[in-house]
Amino acid sequence: MTFTRKLKTALLAGALALAGTQAAQADEQFFPLQSYRVGPYAAGGTGFFGGFIDYLNLVNTRDGGVGGVKLTWEEGETQYEVERGVEVYERLKTKPGIATWNPLSVGIAYALIDRVTADKVPLLTINHGRTDTTDGRVFKYIFPLLVNPYSETSGIVNYIATKVGGADKLKGKKIVVLYHGSPYGKETIPIYELLAKQYGFTVQQIEVPHPGNEQQSQWLTIRRAKPDYVVLRGWGVMNPVALKTAQKTGFPADRIVGNIWSNSEEDVIPAGDAAKGYVAITSVAPGTQYPVLQDIQKTVYDAGKGNLQDKKRIGSVYHNLGVLNGILNVEAIRIAQAKFGKRTLTGDEVRWGLENLKIDEARAAALGAKGLFHSINVTWDNHEGDGRVAFQQWDGGKWNVVSDWIAPDWKLLRPVIEKSSLAYAKEKNVKVRKSIDD
Amino acid sequence: MNTAVTSLPARPATAAWRWPAWATPLAWLAIAYIAVPLVATDYWFDAILIPFLALSLAAVGLNLLTGYAGQLSLGSAAFMAVGAFAAYNFNLRVPGLPLPVSIVLAGLAATAVGVVFGLPSLRLRGFYLAVSTLAAQFFVQWALTKFGWFSNHNASGVIDTPPLAVAGFVFDTPALRYLFALTIVTVLTALVWRLVNTPTGHHFVAIRDHELAARVTGVPVLRTKLLAFAVSSFVIGVAGVLWGFVYLRTVEPAGFNLDRSFQILFIVIIGGLATIRGAFLGAALIVVFPLLLSRLGSFLFGNWFDSGVLDLSQRIVLGVLIVAFLIAEPQGLAALWRRAFHPLSRSGDSTP
Amino acid sequence: MEAFDFAFFAEVLLGGLLSGVMYALVAIGFVLIYKTSGVLNFAQGAQLLFAALTFVSLVERGVPFALALGLTFALMLLLGLVIERAVLRPLVNQPPITLFMATLGLSYVIEGVAQLLWGTQVHELDLGLADTPLEFAGVLVSSFDLAAAGIAALMVALLSAFFRFTRTGLAFRAVADDTFAALAVGLRLPRIWATVWAAAGVIALVAGLLWGARLGVQFSLSLVVLKALPVLVLGGFDSILGAIVGGLVVGALEKLAEVYLGPFVGGGIEGWFAYVAALAFLLVKPGGLFGQRLVERA
Repeated sequence: MTFTRKLKTALLAGALALAGTQAAQADEQFFPLQSYRVGPYAAGGTGFFGGFIDYLNLVNTRDGGVGGVKLTWEEGETQYEVERGVEVYERLKTKPGIATWNPLSVGIAYALIDRVTADKVPLLTINHGRTDTTDGRVFKYIFPLLVNPYSETSGIVNYIATKVGGADKLKGKKIVVLYHGSPYGKETIPIYELLAKQYGFTVQQIEVPHPGNEQQSQWLTIRRAKPDYVVLRGWGVMNPVALKTAQKTGFPADRIVGNIWSNSEEDVIPAGDAAKGYVAITSVAPGTQYPVLQDIQKTVYDAGKGNLQDKKRIGSVYHNLGVLNGILNVEAIRIAQAKFGKRTLTGDEVRWGLENLKIDEARAAALGAKGLFHSINVTWDNHEGDGRVAFQQWDGGKWNVVSDWIAPDWKLLRPVIEKSSLAYAKEKNVKVRKSIDD
Repeated sequence: MNTAVTSLPARPATAAWRWPAWATPLAWLAIAYIAVPLVATDYWFDAILIPFLALSLAAVGLNLLTGYAGQLSLGSAAFMAVGAFAAYNFNLRVPGLPLPVSIVLAGLAATAVGVVFGLPSLRLRGFYLAVSTLAAQFFVQWALTKFGWFSNHNASGVIDTPPLAVAGFVFDTPALRYLFALTIVTVLTALVWRLVNTPTGHHFVAIRDHELAARVTGVPVLRTKLLAFAVSSFVIGVAGVLWGFVYLRTVEPAGFNLDRSFQILFIVIIGGLATIRGAFLGAALIVVFPLLLSRLGSFLFGNWFDSGVLDLSQRIVLGVLIVAFLIAEPQGLAALWRRAFHPLSRSGDSTP
Repeated sequence: MEAFDFAFFAEVLLGGLLSGVMYALVAIGFVLIYKTSGVLNFAQGAQLLFAALTFVSLVERGVPFALALGLTFALMLLLGLVIERAVLRPLVNQPPITLFMATLGLSYVIEGVAQLLWGTQVHELDLGLADTPLEFAGVLVSSFDLAAAGIAALMVALLSAFFRFTRTGLAFRAVADDTFAALAVGLRLPRIWATVWAAAGVIALVAGLLWGARLGVQFSLSLVVLKALPVLVLGGFDSILGAIVGGLVVGALEKLAEVYLGPFVGGGIEGWFAYVAALAFLLVKPGGLFGQRLVERA
């Protein structure tokens, strides 16, 4: 009986706690964070959200906020699971002054598309996301910033072109794409086919069932197929296992090109020296030499407010991606404040700021991010922003950038994107926008 | 489970008025339909009540198979997935099909798959059967991801579900979605409860307790086992539709993975095998507890521990709870409930 | 049609057999415990992860290899004893499904504790075994796989000898065969069960190290347990020989299926093929290859 009674009181107390309170805060801009610090992808999550929070902390400490508006945030653990992401969304969405949502998860982003559109708050899916959300005419509130999956693919092909001596030399070459057995992995299959037709190379897609612990048969098949390059479209444990298995079967690491979710330290370290020479795409450069990273080190970490537990991870790929995400968010807010006033902005106003987010190389340098990324140019109908990609090589200890900033074939990809987005608009009865004010 | 009849002490002549058996469910329904919508916020509907309903229904279905009929199944999430994808495809490809019909058809699709993977139960028992249900889990997840037809050749394999429209009326507010889910859950739970109290239901229990004896006393074992799989899969399939259409409003195969199957099995075990009430109690615990714990944790410890540490602690506490329940109260929350509210009732009675 | 590429077939087959030995190693941990206490210990995967994480974290902090090995071994022993005492003994008369669920709950606890203690980062585990591709008559074999298979085979041989030739091993078999009779003859059950769990802990350690070296040490390491289940189904839950043969069969079959059958359906069938194959096999022979009887407690 006592057990039941204790249970009942605990539940009641909890229910009251769950009811939640909302306090109105003046002049604060809030970032709800659906973060993941546990689960199979924890390494990426701790890096990215760590970097994001570090940058927000920097802006608050060094600049006193954006235009005097302090930045606040709250984390909700999702373990990368969709329903937990949705729960965090529902719980935090009533807080005032939400700027943007940044879940860094394809599944969660998909589940939120309808919700954020109804609630009129932007959703950012930097370096990933649903490709057709690039079309801002249909997806007003979704921003796959910098690089969407199609651009990523085109960037990889263009890099391989530079390695073989030019786009015309691609003809007759053989590329194998080793992809993760999930919707994310399959997403770019049609684009590879499109590019193969365009440039005349052959492409073979080989699937690795989730989670990718066993890849022996796949790599033996690759060995038999003797491709010129293997593209690794992996996620989580699939990446180091791929590199180790490649070594096992004698495929050279420097002919493996990793995609944007196979490009971090956490992907290569477990593979040991099997990863030496492996090349991967990135939209943000690694390293701590950039002024903004130095600032973070000085202002945030030295004051004991750094978010990463392990200081060695400052400047890692995921950390820098988080910092860049912070830069883009804050700059959008700054641009929106210039139009709407230096106060707490509504989600729609931040959306306007995002749709005018232009950072060229000069502005990037002013923000302390010269070399960290190339540029971005978001418009109301192009929510990706034409980000450029570079390629980095692992030397056993760190990543080194080995290419210039390469531009994907945006013109080739846009018609495919529009076909998909317009079909979505038709199916869901969404009005196609004609201008930024629509 | 003890089916021996025990006798009560003779009731005193001046017996107090007893709460009639049918009043309890009615009271719960009244609370659910009337009181809750008046009190609950959108957050409660969208993040707590609706998943609670979907998981409860899945647990009711699994309980029928595993609790009453004794056939251990570790692949429930696969049947939920079948239900969700089937409903999507029926709704998409047959023009003008009313949503309730799509849902019933989706349940039937899950039934078909369930019967196919239930056929091994005719020869396998215990863990062997469990492992074969795992085959269902992995195969179905693979098939739904692999064949683009299921997700209408959507480049990413993730489906946006259609709005919940019945005869022109659209259930698009959280409260309305909650009522939609509640109605479906009520109807199916009532049907399952009826089934459990018929001779067929008793056959289920007979097979679970001692299959050979059941066969000897004339229970049609083959048919009964398949029926258990069939009905259970139907219910779980509809639960999958609720999960995908009403709660998340997207459907992707990764959400119906092994962890989800385990989650439903946990609900059934903690709630109490072979009870209807247990499914709801267990689901309430599983849905609410992690949220409670994270709020309590951040209240007590604040920013000292980041969300990851909080979450790992949740995992540990959940595991400990499961083990503790299994040790201290093997018949689950339903038994606790019964002790709390019906101290004089016989053990092993059939009230849910 | 080009001529059948025998070298390639041999490569796939060999690679599969070697993987299979590693599966068998994990499966044997299950068999050990099942044989003597009737429990299907789903927490084996979590124990594996715990062992690997502990070892690699100690080594990263500068603890020498041998000492780290010893410390981890001691920790696994302790863990096994705690599990037996705190979880399984109170549940000793419950139906198998309850025990299985208890081990499932246990796996959550162990996974949580392991990551809370050592963090959620990924680690590289370097056992000093090089992974160079060796070629014999045009057939590629991985040196790491050979070494790992060798170690696993050694462990299996030791265990089999242990069961057959030592008193404790005989006691294990007695307990597995007939618990009451074993009690009647004076065997001390609690001590035996404790030893069994300790032994299983050792197996988890070896398997954890080998698999950790193969995949890197991180959370999904505990998922290898899912590969062990079809092995157990095929080989019987209570037979070590069955686990070995089952492991080899599962390893070989799934690789061959992925390479030769996979392309017809677009690939990726490795995840479920072993399960479906085991299922099909069971329908013909419900006791598995070597299992003595159906898994059922009276």
